[in-house]
Amino acid sequence: MTDTASKATPLYEEHRRAGAKIIPFGGWLMPVQYTSISDEHHAVRNNIGVFDISHMGQLTATGPRAGEWLNRMLTNNVEKLEVGTGQYTFLLNENGGIIDDLIVYRTAPDEFLLVVNASRTEEDFAWLRDHSEQGHDLMDRSAEWAGLAIQGPRIIELLQAFFGPEVALPSRNQLKEFDYDGIKLTIARTGYTGEDGVEVFFPAEHAAKVWNAVLEKGAPFGIKPCGLGARDTLRLEMCYPLNGSDLTPEHNPIEAGLGFFVDLNKENFVGREILKQTKENGPARKLVPFKMKGKGPPPRPHYAVWRDGAQVGEVASGTLSPSLNQGIGMAYVPTSQAKIGSELEIEIRGQKFPAVIEKKPLYKKS
Amino acid sequence: MNVPEDLFYTESHEWVRVEGDNARVGITDHAQAELTDVVYVELPKVGTQAEARTQIAVVESVKAASDIYAPVAGEVVEVNEALSSNPALVNTDPFGEGWIYVLKMSGPDDAKQLKDAAAYRQAIG
Repeated sequence: MTDTASKATPLYEEHRRAGAKIIPFGGWLMPVQYTSISDEHHAVRNNIGVFDISHMGQLTATGPRAGEWLNRMLTNNVEKLEVGTGQYTFLLNENGGIIDDLIVYRTAPDEFLLVVNASRTEEDFAWLRDHSEQGHDLMDRSAEWAGLAIQGPRIIELLQAFFGPEVALPSRNQLKEFDYDGIKLTIARTGYTGEDGVEVFFPAEHAAKVWNAVLEKGAPFGIKPCGLGARDTLRLEMCYPLNGSDLTPEHNPIEAGLGFFVDLNKENFVGREILKQTKENGPARKLVPFKMKGKGPPPRPHYAVWRDGAQVGEVASGTLSPSLNQGIGMAYVPTSQAKIGSELEIEIRGQKFPAVIEKKPLYKKS
Repeated sequence: MNVPEDLFYTESHEWVRVEGDNARVGITDHAQAELTDVVYVELPKVGTQAEARTQIAVVESVKAASDIYAPVAGEVVEVNEALSSNPALVNTDPFGEGWIYVLKMSGPDDAKQLKDAAAYRQAIG
């Protein structure tokens, strides 16, 4: 992706008009913030915010054997999905390393939608295509669809403003189709912020119209357009992993503390043997959330992590938590040093600052 | 964007207020608007000898850490301790309460080599 120009989402002009600061991210030109990361963060925690997620990839797998095949490609159990429901899952390489984390929805008995990370879309598609079998079709629909994440406690009020007071919303991890002014919206009750919310997918040509309708109808509820900056602080407070930082081909889901999304009872899936061993022997290292003690500079990715005078790892994700007004992060450390309550030191510009390993999530609504 | 006439400016977006032999230093309104949400300021130590254009302090926003440079050579004689408890002063009052440190200039006229308000205004477009 480094030698090709970044792509613009169908909402690029809307972001520019709204005064967004634009940065390249995962091969896309994305808004990092409109007014301030803190303001946008608090809008989502207290009211509601909307994010452009059109950069995310959408792959579809269809056919009588699509479910069976996906079950060999992904770690979670696709067979457990009823039509209209989704699950968080991993795509692994043969070593159990994480290619991508994604949500797979069963949209019809023989039809699946995979919502994948922007920067991994091409790689995921190529991997799945190379591992294709008879009895299913695989398609990359990413360019056809735009997407919004609308997140925050006032989501129900907003959707009532769109669809009337009697609207029946999908429940957590379910998806449903709605019609807005002739536009088909696929709405999933999911998100990456820890707040109630939805992710909405629809044909890319309607992107500006839907975006502006959300901002207009959301105005009475205090909606703000939100960028990648707030998306990162919100997800890190919840300890949701970020692909490329917390999840990489060098790590497996057991090490990342996400074994819940791996069904080792399935007979066969790519990476299963390694994951089974990791689970039985215990992982050598673990991804742990931590909080800085007291005032100090926020931790950042790649800062060294120390314990008892030895470097034991490095920060995978780190930021200042706008909700806690404190430095927070996640790091891989040896399992023997991964206990909740253990102290670590984070090296910041040559100086060591104390931190404590915490339980997930780092932020809980009071 | 506010660019006060009575200050000098650097290309790295510091401002300098000449106070006799001393130079009071902060970051400009433009710089704070670009950074937004300053959450931590690493102050230099009083007594530090700084060469011109060397890194001397750090301003951190939610998103990133940015180096602050010494506009001229000198010795740090005062730092703004208020920023330790309230780093957002850099955002709310960049040319006033948000000052970062004071240098005793090695050459009292050194600041005059920096950009004036008109030149800085042009530099930030």
